[in-house]
Amino acid sequence: MAGTPLLELKDLHVRYGVIEAVRGIHLSVNEGEVVTLIGGNGAGKTTTLRSISMVHPPAQGQVLFKGEDITGMKSHHVVAKGIVQVPEGRHIFPNMSVAENLGMGAFQRTKTTKQEVSSDLDHVFELFPILQERRKQLGGTLSGGEQQMLAIGRALMAKPKLLMLDEPSMGLAPQVVERVFAVIAEVNKEGIPVLLIEQNAQMALGAAQRGYVIETGEIVLEDDAKTLLGNDQVRKAYLGEE
Amino acid sequence: MAGSDRDLRTYLGDRYPRTAERIPDEVIKVAQPLFGVWRAIGYGRYLLAILVMIAIPILMKPEIVPFLEDFDSPIPYINGSFGVSVLVDTGIYILLALGLSIVVGMAGLLDLGYVAFFMIGAYTAALMTDSGGAEQFHFVVWPNLAALPFAVLVCVLAGVALGTPTLRLRGDYLAIVTLGFHEIVRQTANNLPQTNGSRGIPGIERPQLGPIEFTVLGSENYWFYLLIPAIILAVIMIRHLEDSRIGRYWTAIREDEVAAAAMGVPVVRMKVLAFAIGASTSGVAGWIYAGYLTFISPANFPLLASILILAAVVIGGLGSISGAVLGAVLVQGLPQVVREASGGETIFGFDPETGRIAVFGFLLIVVMIFRPGGLLAPKRRRVELSEASAAEGVIVDETAQPSKDEIEFASSVHEAAQHKEGS
Repeated sequence: MAGTPLLELKDLHVRYGVIEAVRGIHLSVNEGEVVTLIGGNGAGKTTTLRSISMVHPPAQGQVLFKGEDITGMKSHHVVAKGIVQVPEGRHIFPNMSVAENLGMGAFQRTKTTKQEVSSDLDHVFELFPILQERRKQLGGTLSGGEQQMLAIGRALMAKPKLLMLDEPSMGLAPQVVERVFAVIAEVNKEGIPVLLIEQNAQMALGAAQRGYVIETGEIVLEDDAKTLLGNDQVRKAYLGEE
Repeated sequence: MAGSDRDLRTYLGDRYPRTAERIPDEVIKVAQPLFGVWRAIGYGRYLLAILVMIAIPILMKPEIVPFLEDFDSPIPYINGSFGVSVLVDTGIYILLALGLSIVVGMAGLLDLGYVAFFMIGAYTAALMTDSGGAEQFHFVVWPNLAALPFAVLVCVLAGVALGTPTLRLRGDYLAIVTLGFHEIVRQTANNLPQTNGSRGIPGIERPQLGPIEFTVLGSENYWFYLLIPAIILAVIMIRHLEDSRIGRYWTAIREDEVAAAAMGVPVVRMKVLAFAIGASTSGVAGWIYAGYLTFISPANFPLLASILILAAVVIGGLGSISGAVLGAVLVQGLPQVVREASGGETIFGFDPETGRIAVFGFLLIVVMIFRPGGLLAPKRRRVELSEASAAEGVIVDETAQPSKDEIEFASSVHEAAQHKEGS
């Protein structure tokens, strides 16, 4: 797609004290795309994401959303702009019911009517029938996979213009991981662009159109997802092949 | 009269399932008609509660009413001026416990230095009003009532001042900082010449509205009657906060800060707001306290007071309004009654004044073991803290069948387990 990308990171540097966790990365996500950022432990994946959502603002560089510079904005304003994050390790509200959790997702949409929110809720239930079944159950009593669905569903309630997922496969059984990725594909089919952060390179590259590989805070590879899957370097480092 | 015939056991069962089962039939039989009346009067029950509150000091000190001069108080032990002073102390603690329950109970921020706000409120009131021969300590000399909004305002600002730099801290770390905050405030008052150091500020003026002296009913009664609307306003405020957007934000932050931030909750602002609103009731309490005692010094605001208020909130039930009230009564009112009833004798070998602290420690442990959510825990908290009910996993539900859910849940777990074995 020509023109300005939906999200663009320009020379992003993020520091924790003196440690520079992300060292000048460039990354972009276009409308309708699933883009994945893969890398090992401590490569700077989550840091990048936290920096985009301004939970941990960058030390240097720019984050552009729809061409607008959002660097240094308050994180709740970023959410209001439509950049919604599903944090690592799910982080649902354990003692709120499933329905209340989903309701929290719509909380910053102060300008929407109740009808709109309730139709969005129905839509989330359509995507995740299991959540409808369990809507009165407490979030904390759901299984890991269901919690991940709930976290994604909750993010959808915020009407994201860009959905950012942080390691949705973490701590889930392989079968459940497959289900979660199927859900990501469904979400993307509705036109919601996704920035997916993963250690599970195989699954992530399978779901994405484009991918970036990050190592010690720098982007070392950037290509079509299919090409990356076939890349020797990637296969060695992330897919466990000799 | 619809609903007045509702069964008491069912009603209690909704709130306290396990306790309700244990109540013997005879008790229910006797209480049922009373419960019917209670439900039938509807909102009248609030009026009734207010009337009772107005009546108590009169029962304690019948001589304040002209035609009751010859009657003795029907209330044993706590009567006369002493009895009403117990009420005032308790009322002040109720206000404080309500404020702290916003910070600790609703927003989940552990504040061990809450009494610092109380102290700030009291000193603000003292320094703004005419107090005996100590004019050199005053910024301004205003009538006592005029100091009230400023006492609240200064407390709110102090809440913001404490909240802002401590935002990044969580749990234990925040608790330590609040502890330090209390010490800073206390030592400041202890050392500043403007606050007369440890000698305190004497002769604080009592409120007067034009020519009307509020001491007409006997000074203690007056203060108690002043506390009633303050407490009612605080309760109304917290009730509304609970069900508001802000209350929901606080619940979200308490449950999972990361998730709250991800959902666009302005975490920073909401935490500061919790401190500020929580501090506001202590501003009122401090203003009342200063006028009531007419003398304040740093020694009136020890760390122990912070801990007692926290104990009140925890014993009553974190996040519960009625719990905070009950906790304050238990922590502040009951020991004084016990002390008076014991006639100065030792209780279990303890001197009654220090003994109460030992009794609290014990009470706190017992409550935490048997009712981890506090005596009157709100529903959500009960779920948060009790594993048994969390396993049921249903909080808003009256009609759904958890059994069906549980079967599905079990089967999905089973599936996952099988898959794991297979792979």
